[in-house]
Amino acid sequence: MAKIEKSPWLLHYDGSSCNGCDIEVLACTTPVYDVERFGVINTGNPMHADIFLVTGGINSQNADVVKQIYDQMPNPKVVLAVGTCACTGGIFKECYNIKGGVDTVIPVDIYVPGCAARPESIIDGVVQAVALYKEKQKTWKNTEEEGA
Amino acid sequence: MSDLQIRIITAVCYVVLAPFIAGLLDGMDRKISARMQGRKGPSILQPFYDIKKLFHKQFLSAYRLQLVLVLTYMIFVVMTGVLFYAGLDLLLCFFALSTAVMFLILASSATHSPFSSQGTHREMMQMMSYEPMVLLTAVGFYLACGTFEVNEIIKGDIPAVVYLPGIFVGFVFILTIKFRKSPFDLSTSHHAHQEVVKGVTTEMVGKEYAMTTITEWYEVVFLLGVIGLFFITSNPWSILGAVAAILVVYFLEVLIDNVSARVKWQLMLKLAWSVTIVAGGLNLFILTLIKH
Amino acid sequence: MDKLACTLICLPFLMALLPAIIRNSKARAAVVYLCGAVVAVLSVYTAAKWVMAGGKAFDFNLPNTEVFDKLILVGDFLLMFLIIYLSFKWKKGIISILSIVQTFLVAGIELFGPEPKEQFVIHMDWLTFIMILIIGIIGVAIGIYAVGYMHGYHIHHHKELKDRRSFFLAMIFVFYGAMFGLVLSQSLIWLYFFWEITSVTSFLLIGYTRTEEAINNSFKALWMNLLGGMGIAVAIAYAILVQGTANLYDVISLAGASDAAKGALIPIVMLAFAALTKSAQFPFSGWLLGAMVAPTPSSALLHSATMVKAGVYLLLRLAVVMNGNYVGQMVYLVGGFTFLAASCLAISVSDGKKVLAYSTISNLGLIVACAGAGYQETVWAAVFLIIFHAVSKSMLFQCVGAIENTTGSRDIEDMQGLIMRFPKLAWILMIGIAGMFLAPFGMLVSKWAALKAFVDARSALMILFICFGSATTMFYWTKWFAKILGVNDNKSRDLTKPNEYISMFFHAILLVGLCVCFPFVSDYVVLPLTGEMFDEASAVISKGNIIVMVIMIIAILVVPTLSYLATKKTGAKQVLAYMGGDNAGDNVNFIDAVGESKELKVSNWYLENVFGEKKLFTPSLIISTLIIVVLMSTVVGGAF
Repeated sequence: MAKIEKSPWLLHYDGSSCNGCDIEVLACTTPVYDVERFGVINTGNPMHADIFLVTGGINSQNADVVKQIYDQMPNPKVVLAVGTCACTGGIFKECYNIKGGVDTVIPVDIYVPGCAARPESIIDGVVQAVALYKEKQKTWKNTEEEGA
Repeated sequence: MSDLQIRIITAVCYVVLAPFIAGLLDGMDRKISARMQGRKGPSILQPFYDIKKLFHKQFLSAYRLQLVLVLTYMIFVVMTGVLFYAGLDLLLCFFALSTAVMFLILASSATHSPFSSQGTHREMMQMMSYEPMVLLTAVGFYLACGTFEVNEIIKGDIPAVVYLPGIFVGFVFILTIKFRKSPFDLSTSHHAHQEVVKGVTTEMVGKEYAMTTITEWYEVVFLLGVIGLFFITSNPWSILGAVAAILVVYFLEVLIDNVSARVKWQLMLKLAWSVTIVAGGLNLFILTLIKH
Repeated sequence: MDKLACTLICLPFLMALLPAIIRNSKARAAVVYLCGAVVAVLSVYTAAKWVMAGGKAFDFNLPNTEVFDKLILVGDFLLMFLIIYLSFKWKKGIISILSIVQTFLVAGIELFGPEPKEQFVIHMDWLTFIMILIIGIIGVAIGIYAVGYMHGYHIHHHKELKDRRSFFLAMIFVFYGAMFGLVLSQSLIWLYFFWEITSVTSFLLIGYTRTEEAINNSFKALWMNLLGGMGIAVAIAYAILVQGTANLYDVISLAGASDAAKGALIPIVMLAFAALTKSAQFPFSGWLLGAMVAPTPSSALLHSATMVKAGVYLLLRLAVVMNGNYVGQMVYLVGGFTFLAASCLAISVSDGKKVLAYSTISNLGLIVACAGAGYQETVWAAVFLIIFHAVSKSMLFQCVGAIENTTGSRDIEDMQGLIMRFPKLAWILMIGIAGMFLAPFGMLVSKWAALKAFVDARSALMILFICFGSATTMFYWTKWFAKILGVNDNKSRDLTKPNEYISMFFHAILLVGLCVCFPFVSDYVVLPLTGEMFDEASAVISKGNIIVMVIMIIAILVVPTLSYLATKKTGAKQVLAYMGGDNAGDNVNFIDAVGESKELKVSNWYLENVFGEKKLFTPSLIISTLIIVVLMSTVVGGAF
């Protein structure tokens, strides 16, 4: 952990989750798992967030919202789909209102499967997201410089 | 070294060191809070990592002039601290601080974002709640030491807190509001706390948010300096006492933060003003009688 | 000098006839500009000439003083008949009793009472100097603004009202004359006459539109001011019958003497009472709030340069004998209380003009408190408050008037994003508001001085009044200020006339200039003034701090500009503001629960349940009435 980016701030969005994954995400912040020791803060604000953590599938009502929130996050940013529903649509996939996983509206970087996803795997996903963030930062810097 | 040289050096030290001191305090705050909650908590340097990251983020803006206003806010807060640590008029410092806060309010209200606006109104409410006590503090120092000049106040023989116990209590009370600690973290909050998203800082992205945080650090060091002022005398050893007092007060704020739940603004206003009148007002009244 | 003073007083009265008889609107405008310019130049010339002559206080008579004495006697009766006629016409006959009693009291004593000793009637000193400049410059600027404003008022907005612009402009000139007379007179009988003219003129101006509300409010103003006039009448009666003089300065020096007679404070308390009514302190604030119904120039005139300033002018005159006695206590308690109460009340209203009205009352409260304390430091602060308040309030009223003419609303909620719609008006408004409360602008410096002076005076209650009053003041101004800088895309045409802009820009420049030149104003105008009154003069705020303040003013202008330049290059990607991801394409609309776009309205807090008029107004009236009744009866009763 020592070498990776030290301040990943999360934005947690509940798509159409059954709240199972949400509970597990919140469990990560409890004393048992304490993600804050990695500098993780669960912020409620896309403008401050680095990692977009989505639980639940995308339905026709929240598709625009997810897209907009994604746009409001400053680069570099990483999208994390937590739980089977967020990854693929899960058991709701065939519902009339469900579009599918998060990747139907925005590019997803890391998939954390599970129903519900376990805190350990969520933390693992976050840690991977942090590594990816670091990489993205480099490429983003380069494109910025080229752009300028 | 002449008096003037010392004053200039202190002011320069403030400009250079304040962010580091307050950043460390903030790191300690997070560590202590975590331990109080039975967690391990982040590294003590975490606040600096956050700042570094924020400066490297892409800059998004919902309102073009916001960055200007935030930068102005920062410069004025630094100016306030410089005035204070250069030993100038205490009342002037407080006035400069409220002007600075004005710019924060403008920066957050300008975006027309509902969360930001909500935060702005709460920020104004906080300002109205603590302002009387802040002014009373300056008045108290004037009555106790015969001057508003910080440079003169620190040359007294008896620490000002002896004359100003009530005002000290009142000032520590409103410090909770100023530090944005629970139960009065209405307009915006720190660490993992959330309230109306992020209140006044909702629309501040990347470096804007970093600058606001650094500005708050400058403000913290200024306000803790005022706490120190209650204890400093002409005796150089009193500086140690002042530092100890500052640490105790800071710890107290962290403790209060961790043991209380956020209140509504009505209660905040009522509490802050009652404490101002009871603790500050009584102290003031007695001072006007004994100090002629 | 005597001829000059005579012209200064008489000319505006004569000039008032011109707009009254000229019916052509263009010609009338030209005449008003010309006459206004003459009045302004004359006032500046008088003031300058007096300073050139050494700036020493001196007394003199007008040419043919006896004729003026007779004229004033006749004038008193004319005013009385006017009041009787109007109050019966509008079925408020009872009010005329006040007028009849006081006129007969003054006239009776003047004609049949003992002959007071011959004395000069005119007095010119530094306070007069400042007042003349304020009336001459600010007052005339308002007059110029009025021409354009009243045009828009009748032609664009209020077609239903009868066009009585001739009358309106004439009244403004009468006001100038009365105010010049008031600040120059040292004879109480003269002072009383000019005082009554301002009462009656303001009554006529407030009732200008002749709507039911206007009529009611104008009569409210009339009875309150007549009650004040009664105070002067009683003071005159007492002074002539008991003290054998009708001279303001004699009355003051008699009360200030170390072996003062027991009753010497009675005329002082009566005059102070009159001044409290005129400067709209609680419980007499009602008339100034009611005065808002009048067209904006008259509000500006009443609130900033004239009318209310007559009250505080008189109090400043009395300040030397109010230090440390019950009269002073009455005055500063009422003032301090008004400062706090009015600023609390201002929080709960959203009508721009009403906020300004409350803020006027509140600021006047502070001035009154300073005068009542009667230390040279507080007088220093009071004079600065008068100057800065006159400039910024006049500017704010004009600006709100212009905004109302342009957008059709003066509600603060409708000023959302004014900076995007009418940048010029918004800038003026912002400078004015900044001038009212922001460090390091003028009003705040004065407030600072007042605070320090009261600390020196060891007045714990006043310190608390000021501390809490400052906090509430900050709240209501800040929320207004924040509103202006918002987002709003509804662009529309700016209907403000060039002459309105001339007046407003002039004020803005004057305000910033005054702030920057603060040390000089203090050294060369205000310190001589306090020196004259108290034989000693020292600035309340040290030189060093004033310099820091001036640096801050420059910083407030420079820092944002530099920040702007520094951040100009920063490439920022525009994003939408955060609304939970539900924006409907912009920052003003969102998608509601049924999937339709809805406008998002962000409203200020008005805290009706905490600071509402319903909650606070009546208690304020009761408390202030108690203060006045108790202390006045203490003073009067103590004499026997």
